[in-house]
Amino acid sequence: MPADANGLAERVLAVLGEVPDPEIPVISLTDLGIIREVRSGHPPEVVITPTYSGCPASIAIQLSIRQALDDAGLSEVEIRTELSPPWTTDWISESGRQKLLAYGIAPPETAEGRLKLRGDAPAICPQCGSAHTQEISRYGSTPCKALWRCLDCAEPFDRFKCI
Amino acid sequence: MAQTLALSPAELALRLGDDALILSHRLCEWCGRAPTLEVDLALSNIGLDLLGQAQFFLNYAGELDGNGRDADKLAYHREEHEFKNSLLAEQPNGDFARTMVRQFFFSAWQLLRFQELAASPDGTLAAIAAKALKEIAYHVQFAAEWVVRLGDGTAESKRRVAEGVIWSWRFVDELFTGEDAALRPAWEARVQATLAQAGLELPAPVRGITGGREGRHSEHLGHLLAEMQYVQRCHPNAQW
Repeated sequence: MPADANGLAERVLAVLGEVPDPEIPVISLTDLGIIREVRSGHPPEVVITPTYSGCPASIAIQLSIRQALDDAGLSEVEIRTELSPPWTTDWISESGRQKLLAYGIAPPETAEGRLKLRGDAPAICPQCGSAHTQEISRYGSTPCKALWRCLDCAEPFDRFKCI
Repeated sequence: MAQTLALSPAELALRLGDDALILSHRLCEWCGRAPTLEVDLALSNIGLDLLGQAQFFLNYAGELDGNGRDADKLAYHREEHEFKNSLLAEQPNGDFARTMVRQFFFSAWQLLRFQELAASPDGTLAAIAAKALKEIAYHVQFAAEWVVRLGDGTAESKRRVAEGVIWSWRFVDELFTGEDAALRPAWEARVQATLAQAGLELPAPVRGITGGREGRHSEHLGHLLAEMQYVQRCHPNAQW
């Protein structure tokens, strides 16, 4: 992040750290890793990136960012969307992963974890912690989630898809 | 890659955007009618990914074209002959097996096409492609799994998926015209591998049907557009 005499970047990130994801409200937009950077300039810009190309939450996210910035007296900051490099689930923060798990969504593995496991690792059941689980459908209630079930506690659960 | 830009970026963005838009609409026709709830969700999700791609491509096409048209304008206020999607994308859903074959053929092609596009000197097209590739990998896998399951299933499911292959095969040539011809061997290898797993064979060559890229479409596109454009045609520029 570029050096910033007025602490603009810190202020913007602090504000956006309080804005919940519209689909998964337990994590914030900064947890989700879609806030790329804050560029001081005229006008200053906050750069965001979509998760999935067609994610219907994209519009809601832009609206809530606008609202939060305006409420914090940062209405001069413009929102800019950039696609490259494409978002990856590796950008979800560690605290974001913990919050997902506590909410009942199995978080995605990190790139490192995927390499270690080679290929499709079973999801860990967020209810009972079992790895004895099975994919029901690769597509779930939102573009970013797959539907799984636990073969031990029999609970169905969402798993964040790795992309 | 030089190949990628044999077409102007504007024309390319229009073609790829129209492919994604029209196929997305077809997939949404399954909403509420798919064989199971999970498949229903999957088809809508794939449609949504494609719609997102369409939005990126068509906004860019509109920007380059300089007439102040955005993705919505291009989607809702063009006539049939102005659409540049491939004929494969507009083919009716038929039964579930035919839809899966269409999806598999299309997504396997898209995967190769976008891998090339991701290395394009046009930064915007490359960024859209790189983003979409992650989604397309899921689409190919999903469709290929169903082709195998149906082909390797009952006599009835096998008959249907085999018919789906025959139906879609006529439209394959169009995907590999011009600068895309070089992608065909890799595509055929991928398709053949999946068909073999499904107990099916690659069909014999047929005389392909083309025209979509030039705006000459099958009779099916007009019906699709009538539904897709109806509200905007009745109430131009209406907003939600």
